[in-house]
Amino acid sequence: MALKYSQISAHSILLLGILLILTPIWIIFASSTHDSFTIATKGLQFGIGDNFLNNYQNVLFERSGFSKEITFLSLLFNSLVMAFGIATLTVVTSLLAAYTIVYFKIRLATTYFWLIFSTILVPLEVRIFPSYAIVSALNLTNTYTGLILPLLASSIATFFFRQFYMTIPDELLEAAKIDGVNSWGFFIDFLIPLSKTMITAIFIFMFVYGYNQYLWPILVTSSEEYWTVIMGMKIIRGSFSYIILSIIPPVLVVIFLQRWFVKGLLYSGK
Amino acid sequence: MKKVQFNSNLSPYLFIAPQLVIILIFLYWPIIQTFSDAFTAQDPFGFSKTFVGFDNFELLITDPAYLRSMRFTLIYIFVITLVTGSLGLLLAVQANSVIHGKSVYKTLLIWPYAIAPAVVGVTSNYFFSERLGLLYSLFNDLWGFNWMENVSDAYIYVLIAGSWKQISANFIFFLAGLQNIEKSVIEASLLDCKSSFRRFWTVTFPLLMPTTFFLIIINITYAFFETLGIIDTTTIGAPSGETKTLVYKAYIDGFRGLDLGGAGAQSIIMMIIVLVITIFQFRFIESKVHYN
Repeated sequence: MALKYSQISAHSILLLGILLILTPIWIIFASSTHDSFTIATKGLQFGIGDNFLNNYQNVLFERSGFSKEITFLSLLFNSLVMAFGIATLTVVTSLLAAYTIVYFKIRLATTYFWLIFSTILVPLEVRIFPSYAIVSALNLTNTYTGLILPLLASSIATFFFRQFYMTIPDELLEAAKIDGVNSWGFFIDFLIPLSKTMITAIFIFMFVYGYNQYLWPILVTSSEEYWTVIMGMKIIRGSFSYIILSIIPPVLVVIFLQRWFVKGLLYSGK
Repeated sequence: MKKVQFNSNLSPYLFIAPQLVIILIFLYWPIIQTFSDAFTAQDPFGFSKTFVGFDNFELLITDPAYLRSMRFTLIYIFVITLVTGSLGLLLAVQANSVIHGKSVYKTLLIWPYAIAPAVVGVTSNYFFSERLGLLYSLFNDLWGFNWMENVSDAYIYVLIAGSWKQISANFIFFLAGLQNIEKSVIEASLLDCKSSFRRFWTVTFPLLMPTTFFLIIINITYAFFETLGIIDTTTIGAPSGETKTLVYKAYIDGFRGLDLGGAGAQSIIMMIIVLVITIFQFRFIESKVHYN
């Protein structure tokens, strides 16, 4: 009886929480299926209207901006380039850096360690003006490189990979050495397969982080050709259907990869 | 560092080089530049720079607008951390205890994590606009809510907007933490303690401490830095700069006001805050995690 009672209360709390968190998105979605006249006269809508196709076609294919040459799809392309670029390059550079720090005897090892980890929490927002000055001095404004590179200057992923490598037993390397595996082989054939879950978790984290960037693309892209979906939110004005379309890519990544995300967190959340 | 290691000549330097070079160019160089900005005064066209010592800092800490922004930021960080942490924990504990529908609840509660702060802001805007806003009219009927003029109403607006999606992040991490607790510990506690409420606070919660601490850091950095996109798409600091976070104020002063010296000094104060958090985090993690 007590168990049944506690189950009912757990379900009710969860349903309430879901209601609280999802209602705003539902209302935005429902409103995105009505024509603008209905919204202007009757306000936000709770039920589905009959303007779904029309509104979404408009947002997807309508040309906007000063040049009238950008569409939602071109913004989306830039966002995906930025998100994939940041996620992939962060994973690669951090895996390699963590590998060096944990598995090699090198000169100045402690110096590298502190150079990398002492700035673990200094986000781009704090150093944004000089970062902009450097990117423009290197002629990287209005390029994908300029959108991506400064956001790779972070050691959070390296920190998590290091934590993970530290939990791998020393016997693994000893055994590999006896078998004559060299350092590159050990990295590719032993460590990477072991780190798969962790890599996926970091990838999702960085993908969402890259896709959701707002201030940096605003600063570094004066040319509409490189605008992204999220910065367009304010510049182009986020209509209801624009909002819904903009959240689909990162949400899909999180939903489809959630199993690995949570598993990866089990190692890192400790 | 491991006891067994590789002894190679060149390869480790090649492995660490990409990240090290990027960090030196895009992290250390800007940080050094920030220091040079903070101790100089520059004319708005960038023609001349003069060393002014701590003048920029002195101007800041005697500026009431800066102190108000500091106060707002601290309140913002504290409330968001507390509210999203407790709601995330509450939902994670329930999701961990239900027998049916666990994965459905999990999926439904996880995905808002992926929504960008700027999208959260634009969405909240629809609910808090004077013309369309459901919450605006509800609160307005209740107590004459008007965020454009009343400071505490503006706080409520940006706090709701800032907390909303962060509940998901807390939920995900707490759920992962709960699943990480050994079953045998929970089973043993079932025998010792009948009250599930007391069992939670005396057994489960202490075991969740590492997760809790980790989330506090995550929430602080979120509320401190990532909410810039929310402020810029909701109140823009209204009324009269009362809801400007420190990061948002530095951005506005630097780019709109072209006051690079002042913005540099603001950045350094933020770096000091971040440094304190980092030291705190390292101390904690190194003392809690035991390697094999």
